[in-house]
Amino acid sequence: MSRIEVKDVSKSFKDTQALSCVNLCFEENTIYGLLGRNGAGKSTLLNIINNRLFADSGRVTLDGVSLTENTDALSSCFLANENNLYPEGMKVSQALKWSQEFYPDFDRAYAQKLCESFKLPVKKKIKDLSTGYQSIFRNIVALSVNVPFVFLDEPVLGLDACHRDLFYRTLIEKYAKYPFTAVISTHLIEEAANLIEHVVVIRNGEIIRNEPLDTLLKSGYCISGPGAQIDAYMEGKEVIGVDTLGGLKTAYVIGTPDSMLPSGTEVSRMDLQKLFIRLTDGA
Amino acid sequence: MKLNLDQEKPIFIQIAEGIEDGILTGAFPEESQIPSITEFSVNYKINPATALKGINLLVDEAVIFKKRGVGMFVAQGAVSKLQKKRQDQFYDNYISRLVDEAKRLGITSDEIIAMIERGFVQ
Repeated sequence: MSRIEVKDVSKSFKDTQALSCVNLCFEENTIYGLLGRNGAGKSTLLNIINNRLFADSGRVTLDGVSLTENTDALSSCFLANENNLYPEGMKVSQALKWSQEFYPDFDRAYAQKLCESFKLPVKKKIKDLSTGYQSIFRNIVALSVNVPFVFLDEPVLGLDACHRDLFYRTLIEKYAKYPFTAVISTHLIEEAANLIEHVVVIRNGEIIRNEPLDTLLKSGYCISGPGAQIDAYMEGKEVIGVDTLGGLKTAYVIGTPDSMLPSGTEVSRMDLQKLFIRLTDGA
Repeated sequence: MKLNLDQEKPIFIQIAEGIEDGILTGAFPEESQIPSITEFSVNYKINPATALKGINLLVDEAVIFKKRGVGMFVAQGAVSKLQKKRQDQFYDNYISRLVDEAKRLGITSDEIIAMIERGFVQ
């Protein structure tokens, strides 16, 4: 079993601590969701793993072998992010041709097929593509390289609803047929929530949650009802947030609901987006 | 089977219930093949492991059976098995909620019975 291990990685830019002592593992054939607010450190982390930035301290390894400045090991990874590594004036079709040179398992016929389904104008220069089509181009390359670890930094940035839908379907189809590890960082949590198996939440450069989605969702619940009842119920419990609407209150509570609930209250499941907002709001 | 998943129940349970509905309505007749794990996961945009977990619930109940290398099929007798199961759950799923709401609204049991009879006639 292949795995990528991030050990004690820290990184700062001038006065800003971007990552503080990050420890993580990415296992084989799993879809990860890397969630964090703007500026939380998601892209920095992905850039360090893929050797596009150097960490101040700590290390990143693939099966125990360092990924830093290691072309062999890095050929198992692909990062699709906003930094376009192709020459400015290169056309999409040329870029796909060149991808084959760098990634021997690149499936050009499949990439071609995806270009058609997304209606990507292959004759255009990459720099002339719209924001949405730039994302689509990166995603197509990422889905065609056939490497064990694919990192997608905001893959649906600028995509319209139809293209996002098509992207999620294409990703699952590919993953179901030829499993690989996908690490997806996204702000559209609701849309991606059902794809994700394992969630990593990063806040101010620190990993605050790192567990299977099931476990994370089961770790808490919402309870709503009349304010006084909820206030009494919350006593002594770990509450991560409260919404108030007039006399009605909803509390987000860690743990399992009491077997006897106060009358007039209702318990519902925590969903990933709600939980994310509660965990990262105001921080 | 409906194509919108909500967040109130775990997704794998909704997948299992959706297939059960399909079997009960005849969309997936007994002994016919049902879509593959890939088709379910692509359609609902869910992780294949989740779809598998849902379908395995039905495999464990012998409602669905797998033929190696061929696919998954609805078992013979699945409809009556599911009807029995849903009948057993009917009180918890429908009646207790109905009575709760009726109490909140001040509807009497006689009035509910009259409504139920009206529903059967229509």
